[in-house]
Amino acid sequence: MKPTPEQLRWMYEKMLLIRHYEETMAKVYLEGKLPPLIQKGLAFDIGSGPVPGEMHLAAGQEPVAVGVCAHLRREDSVVGTHRPHHFAIAKGVPLDRMTAEIFGKETGLGHGKGGHMHLFDPEHKFGCSGIVGASMPQACGFALAAKKLGKDWVTVASFGEGAANQGTFHESLNLAALWKLPVLFVCEDNKWAISVEKTVATAVRSNSERAASYGIPGVRVEKNDTLKVFAAAGEAVARARRGDGPTLIEVETDRYLGHFQGDAEVYRPKDETKELRQRDPIPALAALLKQNGIADDAALERMRAEAVRQVEAAFDFARKSPYPEPAEALEHVFA
Amino acid sequence: MATETVVDRPKAAAAPKIRPLTMAQAISEAISAEMERDPKVFVMGEDIGKYGGIFGATSGLLDRFGKERIMDTPISESAFIGAALGAAAEGLRPIAELMFVDFFGVCMDQIYNHVAKNIYMSGGAVRLPLVIMTAIGGGYNDAAQHSQCLYSLFAHVPGLKVVIPSNAYDAKGLMISAIRDDSPVMFFFHKGIMGLPWMAYFEGSTNDVPAEPYTIPFGKARVAREGKDLTIVAVSQMVQKAVLAADALQNEGVSAEVVDLRTLVPLDVDGVLASVKKTGRLLVADEDYLNFGLTGEIAALVAERLDMVRLKAPVRRLAVPGVPIPYSRPMERFVIPQVEAIVAAGKQLMSSKL
Repeated sequence: MKPTPEQLRWMYEKMLLIRHYEETMAKVYLEGKLPPLIQKGLAFDIGSGPVPGEMHLAAGQEPVAVGVCAHLRREDSVVGTHRPHHFAIAKGVPLDRMTAEIFGKETGLGHGKGGHMHLFDPEHKFGCSGIVGASMPQACGFALAAKKLGKDWVTVASFGEGAANQGTFHESLNLAALWKLPVLFVCEDNKWAISVEKTVATAVRSNSERAASYGIPGVRVEKNDTLKVFAAAGEAVARARRGDGPTLIEVETDRYLGHFQGDAEVYRPKDETKELRQRDPIPALAALLKQNGIADDAALERMRAEAVRQVEAAFDFARKSPYPEPAEALEHVFA
Repeated sequence: MATETVVDRPKAAAAPKIRPLTMAQAISEAISAEMERDPKVFVMGEDIGKYGGIFGATSGLLDRFGKERIMDTPISESAFIGAALGAAAEGLRPIAELMFVDFFGVCMDQIYNHVAKNIYMSGGAVRLPLVIMTAIGGGYNDAAQHSQCLYSLFAHVPGLKVVIPSNAYDAKGLMISAIRDDSPVMFFFHKGIMGLPWMAYFEGSTNDVPAEPYTIPFGKARVAREGKDLTIVAVSQMVQKAVLAADALQNEGVSAEVVDLRTLVPLDVDGVLASVKKTGRLLVADEDYLNFGLTGEIAALVAERLDMVRLKAPVRRLAVPGVPIPYSRPMERFVIPQVEAIVAAGKQLMSSKL
């Protein structure tokens, strides 16, 4: 399955947006977290600044989100992880309300209750969780509902390669295969479960091999290749919409930054990220757009400027938004 | 792990060495000492090897003991917590770290139906010398799935000893006791007192720790600060907050006593009663949820003994009201009791009457 020029352009624009978003967040996140603004003796304070708490960024993992979401409609659902921004952006979650949520502001998706790992946008059918392995069972539920409602909607469960060693992975694959649920299990293999390398934690080379246990197709995409993700996801979505059941796709993708911002990455070979950036999928896609006459240099520059504009507007909205009143903490425990 | 013998290291001839340690350093030093003493002790968990534990509780242990005894696990908690149970039943002494207490949902069956019950169901035939350690607490805006305490939930289930240190000295002695115990011990360390270089912490938690191994018995509360007007019962980081609150109350002429429970199971009922008998006023301050938890338990044990204890004011409880921990800073500060809230509750107690 090959992308149309419109799909190629869409994927490129979303990748630019995701990358610029994550890089901007990495900078903003450091505000107020370094000496001398923090407790004496600390090198960094995770709880300070306008964006406190953990921050897991997906720079480098754009191909997975755009290659999959290029096939989705608004009615399709995505359930993401603790590293959710790329899928949220590709699924169409509004940047301003998402950013306001990450700033803990009243105007955020969850009025400041959720934060960066807990983004919920029922309108654009996106949700995520800070617990490893939590996306897969929930995705089965969205898919079950679609089936019961007689819709051809599909659901994507994104998860890391570390989560494939959770019981929920195996239970969900079995359930989805058994009930022929329209689910895409999308494993983002960035090789590192925080500090634990895949080879140390996983008994098989590729998680796609595990699909055989449940009699469903298992596909492995190597080298963070946007077009190959697009092709694999296209087939899987078509299969799911036809009512033929789930597919497991594992994508070899690249985590350019630490597990969280502030991670010293003592476990990672020194030049690994430098090498991974050699195969940055964004310039590769730009070259393809030019080669196919879809965009010239001026058009590429306009797309870049537009991504910058959107990100700046979202951060501006977040900064200017008010904080919730403290006592609002007591609301929304129940529906 | 081949030999059976436990070796107590010979006492050093020189004067005992004492230095200030962070709580993270004290915990890893305790584990290290027990691993040297007893070849049956080993550690498994997520990111405990090269990373040294996300919160530093196993820092330096991989270099010292190698990966056969410091085992990074897959993110398969049911498997490795269950494996800790199995290894313990065979007589080894595993320590399993599961990064955040919030993550225990994925393996709760192994814990509350097996780890907690196999000794009992076997009529005492099975021994389970295992320690499960984890990080608790908020205060740094990590939201609802990474900020909970939840120790009351484990204390609720019979069969688990529950240890919650508030400072480095206690953490070392309690961890050594935990490792030597033949029953399962849940060991909870609050992130905001570990003394990490990347998270603000209460400095009272970093204190003098002897280099030599020592034990602190379970079920013995510690009076962290003496007082005569009011008893504040707390654990973990809340002890550090309570001590600061007691200092502030002192400036207002109120003498508050801070009782650090150190362990919930076993619970030092006599220690709590002794303090409340002296002061006649009880404030329980806690970072766990208010409902059906530690604060209610302490209030109830005093209420059951009103024939022995004369209260001068109703019992006060401060804890997280029945809501998940919100992300945004003003809301998180609102639900987690802060030093100022303890001070205000203390003053209120002094002016209220039965």
